[in-house]
Amino acid sequence: MADLHHIRITVNGTPYEATVESRRLLTDFLRHDLGLVGTHLGCEHGVCGACTVIMNGRTVRSCLLFAVQADGAEIMTVEGLARDSRFHPLQEAFWEKQGLQCGFCTPGMLMRAYEFLQENPNPTEDEVREAIAGNLCRCTGYQFIIEAIQAAAARMAGSAGVR
Amino acid sequence: MVTVSGRLLGAPVKRVEDPRFVTGAARYVADIRLPGMLYVAFLRSPHASARIRRLDPSPARALPGVVAVLTGEDIAGLGDMPVNRVVEGMRVPPHPLLARDRVRAVGEPVAAVVAESAAVARDALDLIEVESEPGPAVVDPEEALKPEAPPVHPEFGTNVAYTFGREGGDVEGAFARADRVVRLRIAHSRIAAVAMEPRGALAVPDPATGELTVWISTQSVYNVRNALSAVLGEPDHRIRVIAPDVGGGFGSKGCAYREEVLTAYLARRLGRPVRVAAARNEDLLSTMQAREEVDYVEAAVSRDGRVLGLKVESIYNLGAFLQLSTPMPPLRTPVYCVGAYDIRNVRTRVTAVFTNTVPTGPYRGAGRPEAAFVAERLMDEVARELGLDPAEVRRRNFIRPDQFPYRTATGVVYDSGDYGRALDRALELVDYAGLRAEQARARARGELMGIGLATYIELSAQGWESGAVRVEPSGRVTVLTGSVPHGQGHETAWAQVVADQLGIPLENIRVRWGDTGAVPVGIGTFGSRSGALAGSALVVAAGKVKEKAIRIAAHLLEASPDDLVYEEGRVFVRGAPGRAVTLEQIARAAYSRAPAPGIEPGLEATAYFQAPHEGYSFGAYVAVVWVDPETGVVRLEKLVAVDDCGRVINPMLVEGQIHGGLAQGIGQALLERVAYDENGQLLTGSLVDYAVPRADDLPAFLVDRTETPGPGNPLGVKGVGEAGTIGAPPAIVNAVVDALAPLGVRHIDMPLFPERVLAAIRAARQRANA
Repeated sequence: MADLHHIRITVNGTPYEATVESRRLLTDFLRHDLGLVGTHLGCEHGVCGACTVIMNGRTVRSCLLFAVQADGAEIMTVEGLARDSRFHPLQEAFWEKQGLQCGFCTPGMLMRAYEFLQENPNPTEDEVREAIAGNLCRCTGYQFIIEAIQAAAARMAGSAGVR
Repeated sequence: MVTVSGRLLGAPVKRVEDPRFVTGAARYVADIRLPGMLYVAFLRSPHASARIRRLDPSPARALPGVVAVLTGEDIAGLGDMPVNRVVEGMRVPPHPLLARDRVRAVGEPVAAVVAESAAVARDALDLIEVESEPGPAVVDPEEALKPEAPPVHPEFGTNVAYTFGREGGDVEGAFARADRVVRLRIAHSRIAAVAMEPRGALAVPDPATGELTVWISTQSVYNVRNALSAVLGEPDHRIRVIAPDVGGGFGSKGCAYREEVLTAYLARRLGRPVRVAAARNEDLLSTMQAREEVDYVEAAVSRDGRVLGLKVESIYNLGAFLQLSTPMPPLRTPVYCVGAYDIRNVRTRVTAVFTNTVPTGPYRGAGRPEAAFVAERLMDEVARELGLDPAEVRRRNFIRPDQFPYRTATGVVYDSGDYGRALDRALELVDYAGLRAEQARARARGELMGIGLATYIELSAQGWESGAVRVEPSGRVTVLTGSVPHGQGHETAWAQVVADQLGIPLENIRVRWGDTGAVPVGIGTFGSRSGALAGSALVVAAGKVKEKAIRIAAHLLEASPDDLVYEEGRVFVRGAPGRAVTLEQIARAAYSRAPAPGIEPGLEATAYFQAPHEGYSFGAYVAVVWVDPETGVVRLEKLVAVDDCGRVINPMLVEGQIHGGLAQGIGQALLERVAYDENGQLLTGSLVDYAVPRADDLPAFLVDRTETPGPGNPLGVKGVGEAGTIGAPPAIVNAVVDALAPLGVRHIDMPLFPERVLAAIRAARQRANA
């Protein structure tokens, strides 16, 4: 195949080099080439948000990007949220408040929540509702997700130095 | 039935399954990759009704990377997909794995490509040459009944698959003595389950054992195994079906689909692992849809608001062919349209029809929401007709607590309930009198505020389920369940149940599910059944284990079993708690080289729990809405849900189930609609067109419970999975109709899109001006 590209991507702090076809989606690159299957494909047309990852500090839909577009980028996926096998406050809070049921939307939801709490560390319920409106969840009705994000915000505010 | 108790029963235990979900370590079927794996893609019909004149797969076969291309002709020897023939004499059309000669719905698979990569498989679809002759299609179920309607299956000479009805009491007598007759026509729009994980499977042949393993996103591994066995003609004991983590199902994954069965066939035929993964648009095109029913309701009413008699004539849209349980949901309205009410004289009938659309089937509620909607819209219409308060009309018609067990005129028995208590609680929570006063003020200002009530019943705990408890030699416990969790938290709930029964710590229990190679034959998770049935099977299995533990302990303690007590994970001599052995010691003995004489080695038990009767959960919901008269936009300000699902194993899990159901019920009422054009083209083939509720579409829910123990099982639980989808739609629609009542609007069909609401407002104003 002629349309191959050599790319360098840093994912969750680890640098990778790979050769990919032009049409390789970023999601498929993460899932299949790197084995990071925590990023899920729910619609492949950018609506559901299950494939949300953080690229250079901002959330992106990895199903709407080709891997080659992420050449040189720093990416964070759900696998990068816990550090030194300690849960991030968002993970703790999602667990505590049952901010998930089937878990399929959860990685994308966590990525969006992670980005959002950096923008707004002390959000109201309505602000959280609006912030996660681009990520679909069919199981929970969102209420416990919203409570979890607010609980995580409180925990992060209370412990300086948490990412 | 004696109900058991325990420390963990009713405790909001954090879900033991969650660490893997919040870290990305969960394993869904698409996460499993095997060396040499092939990918299958399906060519789907772009027409709703067409004759296939020519189908030439050879150009696709020539594409590098393509391993095989199959058409219906190539697999003519395989069987049809199975169907539950729940109505005697029902017409069952052919349902082969790939359409032959004719297609009867958009999205029907006509050819399958297997290739070395998913991309090549999809590329090859474009190379298959098809010539087809589109014909007329019928989409609307009432149109399908007309003599001039195009026949979906010409061999039947009719589009009717079956009719089903119930009759009880003296219906004509009731109408003869009625003070008023109230009539309603209700059209339930078609909606879709849209589990966030699309359907998918991975089939793996094992040349060493001859076994075929199928990993699949499903709610019932045994339903899938049955289908594979029936269609492929392979004995069931050589097929192993495994459900890994499943990303939601809501009924839509309760059976195998032909794409999945064909994938298993291909794996067998090619001797390699084969994967199928539906893209979202394929999922919307091929996964069962739901709810499309039309009801003609006629009620005989006394002047004080009692419903004396009820006639309901329904038409249900089955779609083009029958999935395993497609025939089930239409049977609910004819039975459960009486709802929570003591209506003695009832005649019902449903006519289930074929159309050129994707099949319908069970989706969260599976006919219960349609039935409840009929009963609840009726109560409000009676109230409006007589100028009574809708809460009062419900109270006057409720089945009273002293009437249970209560046999309905439609022939089923409700086990227990206190409907008035749930309604009173809901009204108290919203301050009903205060709300009505606020509404009066809003109306005086010309604003459209509405309050809607619904009191529902939820059929649950049908049939049986399996469970097994194995005390390992260490004293730790493996639990096997026939339930197939896909978000419900069974790993936690079953661990709670068994931890209580055996008096051991929760962390000493591991729950396994969803593997026909490991768990006893079971049914699966749908229809609000697992808590009552799978949970109770484990109570029974744990009871058998305790009984055996006592017999082994009797040997160890040199005491009579009659003098021994099992408590807190140990067995001791009554009156001498110091003379005791722990479950660990008993387990060690059970698996030792010389177990107790006369006692079979081992310490495990299996149970199949069949409830003596179904369990009927119930609840009362109140919705508060504001309608913008200029735009028709409905703002759902408040939704209060009071549910009674008997005893609760884990209130956090129950609340999660309620929330999810409410969201889906709100979706049905306000946002969701599967639409076809008149030619049978699906217009809602993406999540851009099909509106799954988003966080900012929903209000904060206020939920509460009453607790009336279910008499049908030792846990005292009833189902809860479908509650929200049953109660929410009528509460919301009743609220909107209440808001528009001053204008003279009497009914609007779901979904309450702004344009529908606006049209109703304008039509009412025109009537008023005329």
